[in-house]
Amino acid sequence: MAESMHVEVVSPERILYSGEATMVLTRTLGGGDIAFQANHAPFLGAITECVTKIYLAEGGVQDLAVHGGFVEVSNNKISILSDLAELASEIDRDRARRAMERAEDVMRQGHDAEAEAALRRAHARINASGGVDGQGGGVRPGR
Amino acid sequence: MAGGQERILRGRIRSVQATKKITRAMELIAASRIVKAQQRVQAAVPYSDQITEVVKSLAAAGGEARTPILEGRSEVRTKCYVVMTADRGLCGGYNAGVLRATEGEIKADVLAGKDYAIIAIGRKAETYFRFRGYKIAGTFSGFTDNPTYADAKAIGQNVVGRFLDGEVDSVEIVYTRFITAGSQEVLRRPLVPLDRDLVTVDSETAQKGAAAGYEFEPEPSTILDTLMPRYVEARIYAALLNAAASEHAFRQRAMKSATDNAEELIKTLSRIMNRARQDSITTEIMEIVSGAEALGGDKSKHVQYIDLEPASASASQ
Repeated sequence: MAESMHVEVVSPERILYSGEATMVLTRTLGGGDIAFQANHAPFLGAITECVTKIYLAEGGVQDLAVHGGFVEVSNNKISILSDLAELASEIDRDRARRAMERAEDVMRQGHDAEAEAALRRAHARINASGGVDGQGGGVRPGR
Repeated sequence: MAGGQERILRGRIRSVQATKKITRAMELIAASRIVKAQQRVQAAVPYSDQITEVVKSLAAAGGEARTPILEGRSEVRTKCYVVMTADRGLCGGYNAGVLRATEGEIKADVLAGKDYAIIAIGRKAETYFRFRGYKIAGTFSGFTDNPTYADAKAIGQNVVGRFLDGEVDSVEIVYTRFITAGSQEVLRRPLVPLDRDLVTVDSETAQKGAAAGYEFEPEPSTILDTLMPRYVEARIYAALLNAAASEHAFRQRAMKSATDNAEELIKTLSRIMNRARQDSITTEIMEIVSGAEALGGDKSKHVQYIDLEPASASASQ
């Protein structure tokens, strides 16, 4: 088994997730997807709206919808700071889907930055909670 | 006459009792909310600690990454005050403490020839400064007893926007820090530019940061641009939570002493009322006795019931 590292996902209101993981996959602002494994070099990045995957040390994957934030890696510890992040299991899929449809409607009328942001959030939520088909969500087995 | 006074007193006692019930209820509500507010203050600590860490690492490693929020402006012409008070009163000296601290500071600024801008958080700050004819730049209210991060975000965007537009040159935050349920203090803290101690003092952290050789993505200046507003928001959020916890603590204390006072008042009023009632009873008896005496004074010169030995008394006289 691969070496593990400590991962913490922190929002202003509480610690969302804290535990051991073998890999963390997220997306930086303008930089594309990036994965961290144990003993990664010190790293500091701004992350964009995306699905962040935490590959747990005891197996399984914890998905999160992260709506912007920062990631800091140092001393084999990863901290993800986000002022808005949700665990996959806490996402209301129907609400996210309705929000997506609403945002798409607005977008058809013309460009609207707010609707675009709402659409991105809805996409991140839906993807994190297990894609459009409605399978999975939460901690999924295997990889 | 005396009976009227008694009725008035009874009415007052009843109204004090009703007030006491209300203040007691408010005291209990505030007491229960302190605990929850305190937990929220605690829960916000990890995020604000970690974001401070990130700011430190960035400031230490990205030497060239500079933004006005970090650096400040050389000449401060307009100072902005974010004043955190409650939406409601009945919380003792809570609002007064914050408002007094702010007003003193503004007066000093005006004397020094500087301009000021007030951002009032909570209805009490707004009414206070409006009544006294101060300029109010912005108001936020309706959430002070239970603030959310979205509230902090709205305030943060407003403040950072004003700073970046050059409308204000420095921002300070005035709030009440929650230390324990028994002690809180009014604080004035710089918000923008950041506390100098935070970014400059740690030369050892600077070395550590440089030694750690952080990789950045995207480049440090871009991260800094997105990080600074978040950091300001986190600071505001922490201050809001502290203020909310303090508000509940102040209200609990104020309402406890109000309840105690009501009890004291009820005791005093009852005593006065009892005396008034006794007075009126005594007066009535006097009237009856003197009336009876006036009617049949000749026949009953010897009042039977005060005789200690009725048999000998009737015999002898």
